[in-house]
Amino acid sequence: MGKEDIEDIKEEGQQDGGQAMLSVEHLVKRFGTETILDDISFRVNPGEVLVIVGPSGCGKSTLLRCINALEDVQGGKILLNGLPVAEGGRKSPSVGTKIGMVFQSYDLFPHLNVIDNITLAPCKVLKKKRFLVEAEARELLKRVGLEGKEKSYPRELSGGQKQRVAIVRAMCMHPEILLLDEITAALDPEMVREVLEVVLDLARQGMTMLIVTHEMSFARAIATKVMMISDGHVVEEGTPEEFFTAPKTARARQFLNTFTYESVR
Amino acid sequence: MPDLGLNIIFKGKNFARLLGGLGVALRISLIAVAISIPLGLILGILMTRKNPILKAILRLYLDFIRIMPQMVLLFLVFFGTTRSFGWNLSGENAAIIVFSLWGTAEMGDLVRGALIAIPRHQYESAQSLGLSPAQTQIYIIIPQTVRRLLPLSINLITRMIKTTSLVLMIGVVEVIKVAQQIIEANRMKTPNGAFGVYLFVFILYFLACWPISMAARYLEKKWR
Repeated sequence: MGKEDIEDIKEEGQQDGGQAMLSVEHLVKRFGTETILDDISFRVNPGEVLVIVGPSGCGKSTLLRCINALEDVQGGKILLNGLPVAEGGRKSPSVGTKIGMVFQSYDLFPHLNVIDNITLAPCKVLKKKRFLVEAEARELLKRVGLEGKEKSYPRELSGGQKQRVAIVRAMCMHPEILLLDEITAALDPEMVREVLEVVLDLARQGMTMLIVTHEMSFARAIATKVMMISDGHVVEEGTPEEFFTAPKTARARQFLNTFTYESVR
Repeated sequence: MPDLGLNIIFKGKNFARLLGGLGVALRISLIAVAISIPLGLILGILMTRKNPILKAILRLYLDFIRIMPQMVLLFLVFFGTTRSFGWNLSGENAAIIVFSLWGTAEMGDLVRGALIAIPRHQYESAQSLGLSPAQTQIYIIIPQTVRRLLPLSINLITRMIKTTSLVLMIGVVEVIKVAQQIIEANRMKTPNGAFGVYLFVFILYFLACWPISMAARYLEKKWR
């Protein structure tokens, strides 16, 4: 390889943002004739927390589902460390376990207790020793304030506790990136707090995350970058300070206004 | 206290005859259950397939069997086939055929219900954790289906035991037929026998079905 070639590669690498962990390029998603996501491109670097906001039905959740290969895509590329996330309509086995996801609906397995919910995938997919995974799970449960709940079944837990277990379950697979899809949307305000504290803690530890949320103050606190999607397009992208204090587009201003109320007195 | 005619139960071989009658009823229902469960599992799984023609045929079978009174089915299979096809079915075999047809339809519907009741996000969270399709079935879907299914299928068994009382209409000597015979035979000496004998039959059915439905309730509670 000549010197020029190496220079070329270097330059290309720099254009790519160098060490982008996740890169989404010109993503198109349609359901039938309806276009849900139209030419979405962005990248996420290690340690970044990208918060995606936007009105309901704008395609935010679909975007996360596409990244996790739960939906097929009609165009564009989704790469994790340069490798495609989907292979033949399913999550690629090599890349798949590096993406963790927590959903809005409590998605714990109801027939398994907390510890079995957490240890199932590490034991069966990563073929780890059970006692090792269990020790780690106990440690993480303690950290999220669920010590002593190991033998409880999901039905015995509150919504907030279930979501914390779901986060621990995803973390025990040691994902490189964690996708959180409106994980507090179905919770009471107090439970929202306890779940979001756990997510803030993950961010402090440097976890790379993609978060879809309607909690604007949380978004502002945790994001390194905010992206707003509306009608399947990226409307605005920027730092949380820029986005929340001085949004550039009228659409973003209009959206942010829906979260504030004028006094009637 | 009025004479309830309870004494005839213990007269001669009456007690053993009544138990034998219950045995016939239980034999018919348990053989039918043993046939219905595997066939019902297959039927239920087929019913969740997307093929519209297959779906329509199975739907028709299910509705036909479930809507029709079991007695009409019994008469159709026992009397109908004898003349039309020249089959010489015994009452018991005819009963087993009818109860298997019925049980398969009911079981199939239970299996279908249990399968479609598994929320989509169970599949999705399994996939998100990296489980393969086979692992998802083994560790997530099948255990949940069985838990939903077992209490319901146990209830089906008690329903089948109860419904076997109809087979006396095609000449099978099961527990109610035995009871009728005993009451008839003692009409002159113990005219009040009907109450005592039927009460005893009632208790026999209860003793056969109660433990089964207790088991169903226990499993339902345990696996809620």
